[in-house]
Amino acid sequence: MSGWKTHLGKAICLDIENVDTDQLIPARFMSTPRAEGYGSFLLHDMRSDSSGVPFSDFPINKHPNASILIGRRNFGSGSSREAAVYALVDFGIRAIVAPSFGDIFASNSVNNGLLPALVSEEDATRLFALIDDDEVDLSIDIEKRKITVGDQSIPFILSEAWAQKLINGWDDIDLTEHHRPAIAAYRARRAQTLPWVFPAEETAG
Amino acid sequence: MNTLLDKLWNAHEILTNEDGRSLLWVDRHLVHEGSHHAFAKLAARGARVAEPGLTIGVVDHYAPTRGSAATPAIARMIQTLEDNAAAYGLTCFGLKDPRQGIVHVIGPEQGLTLPGLLINCGDSHTSTHGAFGALAFGIGATEVAHVLATQTIWQTKPKSLRINVTGQLGPGVGAKDLALAWIAKLGTGGAQGHAVEYSGDAVRALSMEGRMTLCNLSIEGGARFGMIAPDETTFDYISGRPYAPSGPAFDKAVDYWQTLSSDHHAEFDRDVTLDAAEIAPIVTWGTSPEDALPVTASVPSPSDASKDDAERITATLDYMGLTPGKALTDVEIDQVFIGSCTNARIEDLRAAAAVLAGRRSKVPGLVSPGSQQIKSQAEAEGLDRIFTDAGLDWVGAGCSMCVAMNGDSVAPGKRCASTTNRNFRGRQGRGARTHLMSPAMVAAAAVTGHLTDVRPMLEGRSAA
Repeated sequence: MSGWKTHLGKAICLDIENVDTDQLIPARFMSTPRAEGYGSFLLHDMRSDSSGVPFSDFPINKHPNASILIGRRNFGSGSSREAAVYALVDFGIRAIVAPSFGDIFASNSVNNGLLPALVSEEDATRLFALIDDDEVDLSIDIEKRKITVGDQSIPFILSEAWAQKLINGWDDIDLTEHHRPAIAAYRARRAQTLPWVFPAEETAG
Repeated sequence: MNTLLDKLWNAHEILTNEDGRSLLWVDRHLVHEGSHHAFAKLAARGARVAEPGLTIGVVDHYAPTRGSAATPAIARMIQTLEDNAAAYGLTCFGLKDPRQGIVHVIGPEQGLTLPGLLINCGDSHTSTHGAFGALAFGIGATEVAHVLATQTIWQTKPKSLRINVTGQLGPGVGAKDLALAWIAKLGTGGAQGHAVEYSGDAVRALSMEGRMTLCNLSIEGGARFGMIAPDETTFDYISGRPYAPSGPAFDKAVDYWQTLSSDHHAEFDRDVTLDAAEIAPIVTWGTSPEDALPVTASVPSPSDASKDDAERITATLDYMGLTPGKALTDVEIDQVFIGSCTNARIEDLRAAAAVLAGRRSKVPGLVSPGSQQIKSQAEAEGLDRIFTDAGLDWVGAGCSMCVAMNGDSVAPGKRCASTTNRNFRGRQGRGARTHLMSPAMVAAAAVTGHLTDVRPMLEGRSAA
């Protein structure tokens, strides 16, 4: 995965609270291999009627080239399904800007190069007023933790750990490989002091 | 002065990075059909599973509850898990294994879940296992691949939130009501960024089943972690389970487990206190678990809310097909579901059966036990007969109609009283209308055909 520091793209608003991961991708699509692409599953049951006909005024239908989504509180609450992030990323979304995120969703986002930019309620409301039903050019600078739209600048919160991961596109497995000796030493210590933490031989079944 | 979170965290911390994250050791890693993305990532790297002995697979999300898999795609998901388990040398509880069931039910049932362990699973309800005083949390597919490859996980330590529940829950009021009560109070994002420790007399009085229900629902309030310090109730539950330590090893383990509680003067980042006596049986009316009210209340009215809330309430009521001001007990249902990692343990089935015994359900419904072992136990106790005599279907074990992945679903526009964990739009099927409540409350709704206060129906009966 390649990292990124800045992004300039079209921002749109999704004016709904508690957009949970079941909305982001309904469960019935999750047996699909990732290689087939998850973009068409994004918000599937919100963006189309029961026969699959898209609602033309739904934000992501109206603005299919959007790459930044402004959301309301508790975006990505619910399940741990990383498929919710795949749907966003495969659709072309690079950043979500919202006043709060589901914890697991935010961590899954960072693992896939998608920025969860945390802003205040007031700043989210400012962005909603500014963008409304339109799409608006917006730029994001991860290092400066800054969103710029027109002549306005809005700060966002992101931990240094997550900023570094997004900027460098790091895969944690590579990082962890460097710590093999420390992990092995820990394991040996644990096996010696608390042997019961390693499961007993199976006695059932 | 350490909290339980501090103690569990410190015991698993291998090292800390300059960016503030900790590398933690994982004692148990539970995988299911949904882990296919992670296995694909592992294969793409050509990596092995670091600790096959600490990795256990189980078929649950796509498990058929009647006959064979509903579609070829569902059958393929199950086969893929079994193939991956075989390829990497993992123990897997497949459909024909008597130990099969929902991952958060079988972990404790088999003694895989123990106090003091760090437990990961690619499922948000992994918080369930915290009921034993374990550090248990749900992870995404990239993290699942990391745990498979290294048996470790990078995490930033969450803040601590203590939810202290004083007093005693009333008759007919249980762990599900307690959980929905705090989520309604703090909001569905109320505990984001926090690990919740539940304490107080009402929590101590809960059985392990009740504690698991409470910790299970932590994520519905936004908390990735929920936990309860272990005690005699915990040790009694664990003793004699297949994967648990036995003999002198068990005694040594108990010595350690007894140290796993927050120190007397430990400070939490946040403290919330609830009075158990004030909690009534609760039902949800909307599409978020925070949309929860005592069953004695009425459907909320947008005109009583602020402008922003009014819009959300209007949209929610439209989806749910409800009118403002209607008494919740007047809301008629089309069907019921008793099951899921939240409420499909033996005690849950007993509580529902205590209400249904000698009564008929006015609506159709499904009862899906949490595991094959629970199914056998319930049948030995005659509970299956109570359900089928009431007119409900007694089916196999799995996630079933909670997440509607296996073909069990609620039809569009239909209203289901459900013991599950999420009333999200479309969760139980596209257009489905879900009302969350306890197993006893679902049983009461089945008998009357509408949302119902179970308490009068328990008079003269033991509430199991």
